[in-house]
Amino acid sequence: MAIKMKTAILAGGATLVAAISGIAYAAGGGGTGDYKMVHKHWHFNGAFGTYDKAAAQRGYQVYREVCASCHQLKHLSFRHLGDKGAPFYNKKYKNPNDNPLVKNFAADWSVEDIDGDTGDVIERTAVPADKFPPIYPNEAAARASNGGGLPPDLSVIVAARNGGADYLYNLMLAYDTPKPDDVELTPGLYYNPVMDGHKISMAPPLSDELVEYADGSIATVEQMAADVTEFLAWSSDPKMEQRKSTGFMTMLYLLILSILLWFSYKRVWRNVEH
Amino acid sequence: MSGHPSTYEPKYAATKWLDHRLPIIRMGADFMTFPSPRNLNYWYTFGGILTLCLVSQIITGIILAMHYVPHVDLAFESVQRIRRDVPFGWLLQPMHAVGASMFFFAVYVHMFRGLYYGSYKAPREVLWIIGCLIYLVMMATGFLGYTLPWGQMSFWGATVITGFFGAVPVVGESLQQWLLGGYAVDNATLNRFFALHYLLPFVIAALVGVHVWALHHVGQNNPIGITPKTKKDTLSFHPYYTVKDAFAVVVFLLIFAFFLFYQPDALGHADNYIEADALKTPPHIVPEWYFLPFYAILRAVPDKLAGILLMFGAIAVLFVLPWLDTSKVRSMRFRPVAKWFFWIFLFFCFILGWCGAETPDNIAIPFGTDAEGHARGLNFTWLSRIGTAYYFAYFILILPILGLVEKPKDRPESITHAVLGDNSHSVAAPAE
Repeated sequence: MAIKMKTAILAGGATLVAAISGIAYAAGGGGTGDYKMVHKHWHFNGAFGTYDKAAAQRGYQVYREVCASCHQLKHLSFRHLGDKGAPFYNKKYKNPNDNPLVKNFAADWSVEDIDGDTGDVIERTAVPADKFPPIYPNEAAARASNGGGLPPDLSVIVAARNGGADYLYNLMLAYDTPKPDDVELTPGLYYNPVMDGHKISMAPPLSDELVEYADGSIATVEQMAADVTEFLAWSSDPKMEQRKSTGFMTMLYLLILSILLWFSYKRVWRNVEH
Repeated sequence: MSGHPSTYEPKYAATKWLDHRLPIIRMGADFMTFPSPRNLNYWYTFGGILTLCLVSQIITGIILAMHYVPHVDLAFESVQRIRRDVPFGWLLQPMHAVGASMFFFAVYVHMFRGLYYGSYKAPREVLWIIGCLIYLVMMATGFLGYTLPWGQMSFWGATVITGFFGAVPVVGESLQQWLLGGYAVDNATLNRFFALHYLLPFVIAALVGVHVWALHHVGQNNPIGITPKTKKDTLSFHPYYTVKDAFAVVVFLLIFAFFLFYQPDALGHADNYIEADALKTPPHIVPEWYFLPFYAILRAVPDKLAGILLMFGAIAVLFVLPWLDTSKVRSMRFRPVAKWFFWIFLFFCFILGWCGAETPDNIAIPFGTDAEGHARGLNFTWLSRIGTAYYFAYFILILPILGLVEKPKDRPESITHAVLGDNSHSVAAPAE
């Protein structure tokens, strides 16, 4: 009886843990049909994981040349690309606004501004302090250009999806899955078993050799999907490296403190029966 | 403030002067020498842990409030700005969010400890009721705070929960509009939720003061539930319990740090990283984990109003628990039957939490398949009904009846006897 009860309590505890760590994932997704999810070992996984800077740099190129035609990064400024822990961090430029790479990236975009002398709305070249500009003037325009679908902002997309980086990566690979006969698609929709409901408004975004990597990496769909996921994982959680290293030192400190306090406790209570 | 004679002697002219006018040093000194039962175990360290949680939430919260913007168009962005640009914002924001979960974890341990050791029984009824009040205000604060980041789950959680007020007869609709400041969750709602979320922690702090006052008046309960009789039964709070609490606090902080630094999002919902959209309902609206059992009770009955009454009843019943439990024996250690019902109660609280996280029509416990190949079994609605029934039965039937029929085990004469293993007196005493 006692053992049974303990097992039951343990099982209850386990279900709670499962529930709090996103059981909604299993409930809401409805499975991925014939597509088998690839669980990648990301460079940023684990207690000491860091972002693969080379991959994230390539990922920025994919974002700029492919995703940015529809998706904004509205919570990011160009200077964020050169922050500590960011893909283009260079310790020579503590102030990321001075980082020449970041300056170049910003200069590649134009942003709306007001001419201080005339008050006219003008377009000017972006500087590192600017935010990534909107792709469409408003939501209606975005929907009109995308068959009614609204391309989501990508700043925190990895954090905003159950399954995180794996979800995003697989979403870009799952387009090749043959569509089951019972799935009806209206024009403008594509079959994608990773997407909730298996229908997506985004056309297959990647194809082999779509971009030409400066570092000579072969731009396969898998490579580009992995690279842009690495970049967007950084964008969702830009302080991860700082957080993990602070966490390690904090926990080490707490561990030593707990050992010292344990011995203090033992000493204070040494003559006390309790 | 305390129930023991003061031993504080002011040494200097200045402290003597102050002691005549405001004996605040005396209060602190008496606090530190407060006689505490010598047999308190680690479950009794959660009071100190909870104090730390409250202080941490208030400090991180005040700093976050300096950078947060309570406006529907800016709230989500301001949280992102805190995480990306505000110095140490990347640390403070998750510390506040994870801290809320840790706070509730600690309060649940603290409450179940009270249930197990009978800490609600005379003379601690008022102490217990103040504790229930603190928990109630904590729930309100947690709910209001979860709305502020203005993610999808913030918005829809607020919509669902405030929607239940609409089920109140006659005044429901006006009540709901009055709470929201409009017809739907909008800027007025966000503003008042922010104002109240800032206010309530200080209400909690005040209640904690009264809670501690009541505690020091009646003295701590202890694992055997026997009131200290002699000086030998107690120890000075400092250094004995300060050092024990300090050790426990640091172990708790290790767990906190693990979640904060390595799993900051594990206790939340991915959907809350999507900015609130009044036109797009998420497929699966669930509250934070610490509300799941109550959410399951709420959904256990098909009627909205009955659901609300049950949910509030589940908390209200805690307030009258001191008068529902008829047993004079405090600690479950000496209640061989009640002990098992307690563990089943804990088990059903977990089950209710599980039900709260799941879609009600899904099958919880499959019994195979029917003729057409569909899974058959107990669905979550029925499982949560069983859980709800047990939850209320525990308080309204089991504890009142058990107190009258259960034969408690022999209790030691005093804490000292129990500690020294000298039970000869109680063993020799006739069984009652």
